[in-house]
Amino acid sequence: MSEPKRITAPFDDATARSLRAGDSVLISGVIIAARDAAHKRLVETLQRGEKPPVDLNGGVVYYVGPTPAKPGHPIGSAGPTTSGRMDAYTPALIAQGLKGMIGKGYRKPEVVEAIKKYGVPYLAAVGGAGALIARSIKKYTVLAYEELGPEAVAAMEVTDFPAIVVIDADGHDYYSQGQAPYKQS
Amino acid sequence: MREISSETITKAIADLAIKANCVLPKDVYDGFRTSLKSEPSPVGKDVLGQLLKNADIARDETMPICQDTGLAVVFAELGQGVRIIGGNFEDAINGGIRRGYVDGYLRKSVVAEPLFERKNTRDNTPAVIHIRIVPGNGLRLRLAPKGAGSENKGILKMLVPADGIEGVKKVVLDTVVTAGPNSCPPMIVGVGIGGNMETACLCAKWACARDVESKNPDPRYAAFEEELLTLVNKTGIGPAGLGGRTTALKVNVEWYPTHIASLPVAVNINCHAARHAEVVL
Repeated sequence: MSEPKRITAPFDDATARSLRAGDSVLISGVIIAARDAAHKRLVETLQRGEKPPVDLNGGVVYYVGPTPAKPGHPIGSAGPTTSGRMDAYTPALIAQGLKGMIGKGYRKPEVVEAIKKYGVPYLAAVGGAGALIARSIKKYTVLAYEELGPEAVAAMEVTDFPAIVVIDADGHDYYSQGQAPYKQS
Repeated sequence: MREISSETITKAIADLAIKANCVLPKDVYDGFRTSLKSEPSPVGKDVLGQLLKNADIARDETMPICQDTGLAVVFAELGQGVRIIGGNFEDAINGGIRRGYVDGYLRKSVVAEPLFERKNTRDNTPAVIHIRIVPGNGLRLRLAPKGAGSENKGILKMLVPADGIEGVKKVVLDTVVTAGPNSCPPMIVGVGIGGNMETACLCAKWACARDVESKNPDPRYAAFEEELLTLVNKTGIGPAGLGGRTTALKVNVEWYPTHIASLPVAVNINCHAARHAEVVL
């Protein structure tokens, strides 16, 4: 495996477009935690023509619903959830300025189209490695929808958060590239 | 008649909830280590290494292996010589889930009703409880928390007898390929064959909660488990779906007698965080 690239979130255009499918990255900075119920609310807010409660511009969203933090810890386990459930809402958020996504699993063609159109890479963290990933999360601050519990929107301060680029801004897909050499008939 | 108090059951379930979510079963952990040796993909090896490290941290710090601490599935085998005292059996189990999930800092992932409000119950109750009455004076409780990433990829197909063995293989492979990285491979694939609609699903659920090292007691089905595993590991999906030969650690098959006109097949996928813990009271 190649040495991981160190990048900073939020993403600027140059960073977003520099990432290639298959790149290992370590992300530092601030990412936004949001999943199913929060996506539904964010998009409903946009559809009503209102301002969303978080600034999505340049934002990197992490599909996660962490376990509660134990005393003395910033967060509990915090691995990625399945991204496909957010597909229905994703193009609207990308059009609003979102610049990166972290989750796990396949995306629908309409999301890939939005990825290419706006140059917004999709990255995967290792699903089910929630205790390990939590070590790279230094601070967790709820920004909106606190009543949703683990589904609240939150800012996460991260240092060297590990991920791999799965779909880059040109639409190259590492799931198919990575799997092809090992497929046997 | 042996008496078991509802408080004993509640306490046992609370302990199981924390143990199951924070300590990866030895059979799964050993499965990662074996796969690490055989996996040819460098990315696949790296993922397996991360999963071992994750399991170590979770065990040492009593932290959930995965943030999706699941819907709690409880398999209870209640000896017919046992009398539960001090409260209702299902309340005792749900009391244990409540206690374990709140005290153990586990995630509450249950909504009270599925379609309209979807309001979180805030204590991860109710559990899904499967009870069998068996001979004897004991109570065996097995808790298998199940995350939605893998659960959402389950399938039931009502095949007909003419579809045969090849039909069953196709259902299993199609399900695994569709699930891909979404179900957090390396997975444990539970296959239920026979019975009717609900029995096939229950067999599949049992199969994916079975140990990785277990085999179906019928040698024909044990050989079929091996054959299915070989096929699944030829898909190339690999650890985390990033490519490799370790797509599943195990395929477990359970079966039940069926109707002359039926061949139901259910596939229930478990992610690599194949959590289960058991106690006999």
